[in-house]
Amino acid sequence: MPTEARIGIGGLAAALADDRDAAFPRLVRALQDGVFAGALRLTGSRADAEEITQEAFVRAYRALGAYPDERVRELRVREWVWTIALNLCRNRARGRSRRPENLAAESPPVPDPAPGPEQRALAADDRERLERHLARLPWATRASLVLRYVADLPYGEIAAALDRPVGTVRSDVHRGLQRLRQSM
Amino acid sequence: MTDITVRLAALREQAPATILPGVLDRAGLADHFVTRPSLLGPVFVAFTSRGISLVDLAPTPKAFAARYRARCGRPVVAAARPPARLAAALEKALASGRTGRLPLDLAGLSPFQRAVLHKAGEIPPGEVRPYSWVADEIGRPGSERAVGNALAANPVPLVVPCHRVVRADGRLGRYSLGDDDNKRLLLEAEGLEVTAYESLAARGVRYLGSATTSIYCHPTCRHARRITGQHRVEFRDARAAAAAGYRPCRDCRPQTA
Repeated sequence: MPTEARIGIGGLAAALADDRDAAFPRLVRALQDGVFAGALRLTGSRADAEEITQEAFVRAYRALGAYPDERVRELRVREWVWTIALNLCRNRARGRSRRPENLAAESPPVPDPAPGPEQRALAADDRERLERHLARLPWATRASLVLRYVADLPYGEIAAALDRPVGTVRSDVHRGLQRLRQSM
Repeated sequence: MTDITVRLAALREQAPATILPGVLDRAGLADHFVTRPSLLGPVFVAFTSRGISLVDLAPTPKAFAARYRARCGRPVVAAARPPARLAAALEKALASGRTGRLPLDLAGLSPFQRAVLHKAGEIPPGEVRPYSWVADEIGRPGSERAVGNALAANPVPLVVPCHRVVRADGRLGRYSLGDDDNKRLLLEAEGLEVTAYESLAARGVRYLGSATTSIYCHPTCRHARRITGQHRVEFRDARAAAAAGYRPCRDCRPQTA
């Protein structure tokens, strides 16, 4: 639902500090679309993306229970969840690269029940090509691009989630876009 | 050609609907509660993805949540309303005192406890049965005490009417929701003349027979209540009824000699 996708994360840290259990479902609702779409582009597999999304939130919940209230109140929730999700994605990607699989064969294009105008405009083979070229980029570049444009994170949060300087992330994104433009 | 950033953004999509329930289930946050009016005042009703898991009185939502955690080992959070698949059956069960089709989550209970609760749920509103009847019916004669314990631990009172199981000597016995007087209050609200029943049982009368049909019943069985004064015969036990040529009622199934 578009309304759910737009649920904000403002005040989330404070709400979590007050009552972890009551505020946690809101955290999941606010972030699940971004985390899933990002994980899907970083792993290339729908099943992996679902599993990683669930696992990231479950780990986040357990961690929240162990943090003192002051720490939760100061938490930058989205970049923190992405730190967890990125680690899961990267570990999954490493595991895959040891036993390479045909990416396209593993994730057959699942037709969306109600594709938006943007998605309709993008021809399926064009989309597939983009996914393929994206998958060939180095990890940090690919993660920066996906977080910036698919998950819609600002540079500051991407830098924190990847634990890299903002300047480096910016130039990674710039270089990544250039490479994609050339290869497409 | 559309710019690459727009095409990247077009790769956005929604998370599958299974994510949120899956996460909440694994985090132990799938339990919710609502409050509902009842004869005993507002009650807290908690539910999981499987069904109703706890019905209890508590002074505050916080106190209820603490009790829930202690009993079920999981947190519980307030919900605006029960899920659609429970709502109608819950209202019906609370209003009529019949479990009906209301799904229950009795995951933490033993098979014996579940059998006891299931049996208690068969007793119609306004009627009572002794603990020994439940023990006999579930195939565990002589286990009255264990039946009493199982009913005292009933996590879902009101929707499983444990208040309809009473002592054989005419006293109503203990009740777990609030205090023992609530048992009388609930039974009277269902139309049972509690005082009349108590004095009958106190005189040692266990069954009532009809001289016209030669059938004997529990005194609160709907058939027994229809017997007119001149045809009503009192029995101390099943043996006395059998000796007088009476057979047990097929609906309330009193003990056989």
